[in-house]
Amino acid sequence: MDILSILAESTRSALGPIAAIYALAAIGLNFHYGYTGLLNFGQVGFMLVGAYGVGISVVVLELPVLVGFAVGLLCALVLALLLGIPTLRLREDYLAITTIAAAEVLRLVYRAGFAEPLTGGVYGMQNLSAGFRSINPFDGGARYGVGPLSYNGNHLWVLVVTWGLVALMVGLTWMLMHSPWGRVIKGIREDEDAVRSLGKNVFAYKMQALVLGGLVGALAGCMLAVYQASIQPDQFKPQVTFFLWVILLLGGAGRAFGPVLGAMAFWFLMTFTDGVLRGFGSMGWLPFLSGPDYGAIQLAFVGVLLVLLIVFRPQGIIGDRKEMLINVK
Amino acid sequence: MSSDETSGTVERMAGAEPVPGSAKTDPILVADGVRRSFGGLKAVDVEHLQVQRGTITALIGPNGAGKSTLFNLLTGFDRVDAGRWTFEGRAINGRRGHQVARAGMVRTFQLTKALTRMTVLDNMLLGAGGQFGERMAGAFLRPVWREQERNNTRRAMELLERFKLVDKRDDMAGSLSGGQRKLLEMARALMTDPTMIMLDEPMAGVNPALVQSLLAHITSLRDEGKTVLFVEHDMDVIMGISDWIVVLAQGQVIAEGRPSDIRSNQQVIDAYLGAQEETAATGGSDDD
Ligand SMILES: Nc1ncnc2c1ncn2[C@@H]1O[C@H](COP(=O)(O)OP(=O)(O)OP(=O)(O)O)[C@@H](O)[C@H]1O
Ligand SMILES: [Mg+2]
Repeated sequence: MDILSILAESTRSALGPIAAIYALAAIGLNFHYGYTGLLNFGQVGFMLVGAYGVGISVVVLELPVLVGFAVGLLCALVLALLLGIPTLRLREDYLAITTIAAAEVLRLVYRAGFAEPLTGGVYGMQNLSAGFRSINPFDGGARYGVGPLSYNGNHLWVLVVTWGLVALMVGLTWMLMHSPWGRVIKGIREDEDAVRSLGKNVFAYKMQALVLGGLVGALAGCMLAVYQASIQPDQFKPQVTFFLWVILLLGGAGRAFGPVLGAMAFWFLMTFTDGVLRGFGSMGWLPFLSGPDYGAIQLAFVGVLLVLLIVFRPQGIIGDRKEMLINVK
Repeated sequence: MSSDETSGTVERMAGAEPVPGSAKTDPILVADGVRRSFGGLKAVDVEHLQVQRGTITALIGPNGAGKSTLFNLLTGFDRVDAGRWTFEGRAINGRRGHQVARAGMVRTFQLTKALTRMTVLDNMLLGAGGQFGERMAGAFLRPVWREQERNNTRRAMELLERFKLVDKRDDMAGSLSGGQRKLLEMARALMTDPTMIMLDEPMAGVNPALVQSLLAHITSLRDEGKTVLFVEHDMDVIMGISDWIVVLAQGQVIAEGRPSDIRSNQQVIDAYLGAQEETAATGGSDDD
């Protein structure tokens, strides 16, 4: 087992496009949960409509990729309104139940036989990134970077755009949350009746936060589509939302930079455990396990990580523990 | 002092009969047939109630009389089964909580609602109305709202000064004591610059020395022309500052009047004796 190459691979993964895409989706979730206190357990649903917005526009309707992004975002807007209008006036758990169900229903509908002409059904959609690559300023064939951190031009283009969007969204979060608007949003997280008693339309603010976070989630889905060049419905299982929650709690909910650190740490650890397991396997230390079992162990590892996090560092990597525990006095 | 107060009271409440549902000369709030039941329990059943503008009106009654429920109903935080009410002549029944607050009728809560993971100053600034920066798009235009924010901060600091919280401005509201949270909540409600303020047990848990200055604040609010409706259990406080007292028992208004009328009202004494002997006893003995 070569620990150095595992570390190099883990670093590559922490800085890779998937980490950036998860960071983006977790930024959306941070708007929902971290700042507004909305329990969204279906963030993957927003990613799904974003990804398929690009897929259907590019492949079926043969529209430019940027129009695909717009379609994906529009779908997310509609989804957020459909989720929010009936639930945001009710107690917070209604949104939680509705989002988890809606995301799963969406996946099942998009993979259903009747949807196949549009979505490709269980086979998903292919050849999605030609348009995106056609606006690539880098040379798709050339390699850039050094050592383990070198990428071909197409991947570099995805990386630059996705991390660029992440930076943009972190900036957006910071500006919004340091404004009077953000003050109302944080007030709602603390006690919405108090905010209402001061004359603020709490429902409208919650709706804005739900839409905003959903749009950022859809943007992550759009980037996933152009990065992979193909999408399958079963990529959008509930465990993606679970990973996003781990990322958010790991990095620090309610911090502009939390989701970014969380995503990097999460994908570093995921790749690292995978590498270590394979290393042990190849040395014959794991006689009862075969390759496919590693995935399950990795998932168990995420669960343990979450438990340890909640016990020892509930505020996440950059959260403020005093602030976190202030209600528990 | 007490004779001054009494003569002022008479003036402010001129022409009002001390009977349940009595008409006032200049009512700011008029409620009719307000009813709310929880299962079989009639929590609120108010036939007619008027609150005189520019006065301090106390809403009293034994525990479970329906005082807080009535507050919730009137301010749009709970739905009535039946009833209509007007504020400054405009019907506001059916309006939601934030709309009632914007109309100028602002309330506080019996169980204090400090926004714990926000600073005391941020709590206060949340009270200011009409903030451009509270619109989502406005959030990005800092130069546009900076001036407004500065003015609001100045106003917030003045109020914090009055409520002896100015040293705490940068502390998390969650680190305040129970009494300080009560003060913060009242100061925050005043940030909205309400026409009428409804306080649900504002003195509960506030230390006696501070109660005196709180009472002075409440009196000065009235003298500035605001209307105050407050729920309180301490008879000294009630008798000391109220221009008018409304007594609620089992959801109904059983008596109304000036402090002197209420003191001698047999029905009130019975209601209190029936529900909580001790309070009635201390209330009676304090009554020199
Ligand atoms: N949400 C609710 N569900 C069921 N019953 C309720 C609810 N809210 C209040 N009640 C009942 O309505 C009655 C009136 O309650 P309310 O809180 O208005 O009393 P109160 O006069 O404010 O009493 P206190 O002086 O103790 O604060 C009580 O009997 C209470 O049990
Ligand atoms: Mg009460």
